[in-house]
Amino acid sequence: MTVTAAAEVVKDSSMLKQKEMISGNYRKLETAAADGRKVAATFVPGNLNELIMCFDMLNNLPEINAIQNGLRKKTGGYIMEAEKRGHSEDVCTYVKADLGMIAKGNIGPDGQKLPNPDLLLLSYTGCFTFMKWFELLRDHYRCETAMLHVPYQGDGKISPNMIAYVVKQLKEEVIPKLERISGVKFDIDRLRENMAHSARAEEDFVWVLESAKRKPSPIDAYFGGVYYIGPIFTAFRGTEDATGYYRLLRAEIAERIARGQGPVTPSGDMPSERYRLVVEGPPNWTSFRDFWKMFYEEGAVVVASTYTKVGGLYDQGFRHDPAKPLESLAEYCLGCYTNRNLPSRIDLIEKYMEEYEADGILINSIKSCNSFSAGQLLVLREIERRTGKPGAFIESDLVDPRYFSPANIKNRLESYFQMVDQRRAGGSTPARAA
Amino acid sequence: MSTSTAEITARCQALFDDLNFSYAREWKAAVPGRIVVGYMPFYVPRELIHAAGGLALGVLGGGEQLEVIQGDAYYQSYICRIPRSTIELGVTNRLDFVDVMLFPSICDVIRNLSGMWKIMFPKVRSRYFDVPQNYSDEVGGAFYINELTELREMLAETSGREVTDASLRASIGLYNENRALVREVYAFRARQPWKAPSAEVYLLMRAGMILAVEEHSRLLREYLAAAAAEDRPRRDNSRVVVTGAFCEQPPLNLIKSIELSGCYIVDDDFMLVNRWEQSDVPQDGDPLANLARAYLHNSANTSAKYEPDVEQKGLYLVEAVKRSRAEGVIFASPSFCDPALLERPMLQRVLAAHDIPFIAFKYAENSGQMQPIREQAGTFADSIKLWSNP
Ligand code: SF4
Ligand code: SF4
Repeated sequence: MTVTAAAEVVKDSSMLKQKEMISGNYRKLETAAADGRKVAATFVPGNLNELIMCFDMLNNLPEINAIQNGLRKKTGGYIMEAEKRGHSEDVCTYVKADLGMIAKGNIGPDGQKLPNPDLLLLSYTGCFTFMKWFELLRDHYRCETAMLHVPYQGDGKISPNMIAYVVKQLKEEVIPKLERISGVKFDIDRLRENMAHSARAEEDFVWVLESAKRKPSPIDAYFGGVYYIGPIFTAFRGTEDATGYYRLLRAEIAERIARGQGPVTPSGDMPSERYRLVVEGPPNWTSFRDFWKMFYEEGAVVVASTYTKVGGLYDQGFRHDPAKPLESLAEYCLGCYTNRNLPSRIDLIEKYMEEYEADGILINSIKSCNSFSAGQLLVLREIERRTGKPGAFIESDLVDPRYFSPANIKNRLESYFQMVDQRRAGGSTPARAA
Repeated sequence: MSTSTAEITARCQALFDDLNFSYAREWKAAVPGRIVVGYMPFYVPRELIHAAGGLALGVLGGGEQLEVIQGDAYYQSYICRIPRSTIELGVTNRLDFVDVMLFPSICDVIRNLSGMWKIMFPKVRSRYFDVPQNYSDEVGGAFYINELTELREMLAETSGREVTDASLRASIGLYNENRALVREVYAFRARQPWKAPSAEVYLLMRAGMILAVEEHSRLLREYLAAAAAEDRPRRDNSRVVVTGAFCEQPPLNLIKSIELSGCYIVDDDFMLVNRWEQSDVPQDGDPLANLARAYLHNSANTSAKYEPDVEQKGLYLVEAVKRSRAEGVIFASPSFCDPALLERPMLQRVLAAHDIPFIAFKYAENSGQMQPIREQAGTFADSIKLWSNP
């Protein structure tokens, strides 16, 4: 669910480092068989990267492949391929982009063949589609699968029963399978060490996210944010590389603050901050740059987003805790954004609106993703009611180019920004641009 | 004098048509202290509700009769119909007598609806009811017993009546009896589908979403007797299993259309809760542990449940075909239904491997146009006959 440096947008050293990390992981995946490395395929939200690394296994994330292919505009063809093979036009396009890529030879985003996984590690959090997606992959690969069922926070809290359930599954299902497939014995101290790395990176990552409370904000917490979450949400959390990346990033942002700069955009530094927004929902990837441009051209900065919380709510205090490794992994999985019930999601957005002094909320509703989208119209109403700030609702898709209508979205955004202006000038009733 | 199938069906149709749920309202009003517990598809442990002195009320959306006005304002066009018509039922006060709403763990839409309900209807106790996807007694079972315990406490608190082991055992007994009768109706229809038209069986099963279990069992018994006694013409229809309709329900007309087009429906997954546990849940011993074991080891297969063994994937449908001696499968799923539509290609692969023909279409609970479906099902019925009589 994260983006990496596919678009040639920035030249900051953190970006270059990230780009190198991503392509390094693809290179490792490509030579996995030759290097005798085993590969686990797993999902982003609630992933167990620290644990996977304890078994010297490589981590291949189907969502990341879909995103990377989306940014490279390859997903349209993959989705059509999957639909041709009987997959419904109604279902999540990440799944179809992945299955279409596999059907066409499993050539990864950087043009090399991806390895077949040795293990499908289904640690699904916050979305039922993951479960079906892995069953579909298993149907294709016929490889081993380990299932980690993460219960949903229906009442908005994590109960001891949930933690106990997840920990038991880790002990009895996931770890033994990882041991057997990798041939490496589980060493809890290694896990602790990886988790300590994670916690350090998480600390710097949160500092970066919270820098958006400043005026002007030195970052864009949605479009820029998807770059910042890259390492921590994917195959790098728990590595020294990731810790180094966030140290570097933090230093860069500190410099931007010192120089009074706003966020960096694909067209360079953003000259002035006119609108501060909170955004709910994932971005569109196939027109990512055009989408972003519609914001920065208007001086709109996203100061907080929910999408950058799908791989953990570090800004709400969670840290991987080496002192209680398995419980902490369980808590991590249980706490990801889409695993929180709708009232908690609304509370969180309201908090962001206040803490980040936002002018309004924008929802990018994704056709593919019921997990995010079902209920978003109520989210919008509630936030407008509670904060008195105007909201806007736009619709697009993740990686299906057929569902990104630039003129439509641009129109809506423009009228929304006008509405924010009017509200500032003294209007009172929240109204919607959509 | 015994009741005829027409009379039974008329009673079921009236229950089906009544979107004010008068039966449930009257049931509740009849005895002080009674509670009504609404639940969405596909499964909740109804025994617990019964043991708490409650009526388990299946809420399956608004169907084709309900005009959805406000509900549409809560959902984008690319989300299925059932949540919006359910919201419509809520905001038009049709569910105002419901004390508790349960939202089973089936998909992200129903999951998020559980949170919406908490916000929109704060006076109703609503609970997302989670079930394990890990089927080991020590792991998923332990988790599930805990979930059941929490639900038991919540229900007892609502009704002000302790849910004792003894009452729970008695409720399990009543539901065992009900499920056995439901299985019998299905078996009867599979044997003599011309004697138990699918629309009748459907309405009979829908009545089980509303009626008190004892009353529903009585009705099932009466239907079995009446259907066996009545002579009805036997048509040269093909025999099909309908699958994928476990949540949002098709319009009744769609079920009728399938049959009119030349297909006898000999098995389906319309309301799985009626047949969730596939044999009796033991009544002796710890009732919660028994319910948990039945869930883990002896419950129906459906898309919202994980299948741990790749070799077993989809075989449940092949077994349903064999058990009911069906000749083909109709995939009928609600538009935008992730669980059904993602499962479909896997099931189709398994069917193809077993040389079982199939067709697929989508519907919405308020679909009006039946002609295309009738034509598709008709062609399917004809081609089955051609294949089986080369
Ligand atoms: S439905 Fe949403 S959360 Fe689930 S896999 Fe698709 S995009 Fe991700
Ligand atoms: S019809 Fe399908 S997607 Fe819609 S609520 Fe039911 S299971 Fe979920």
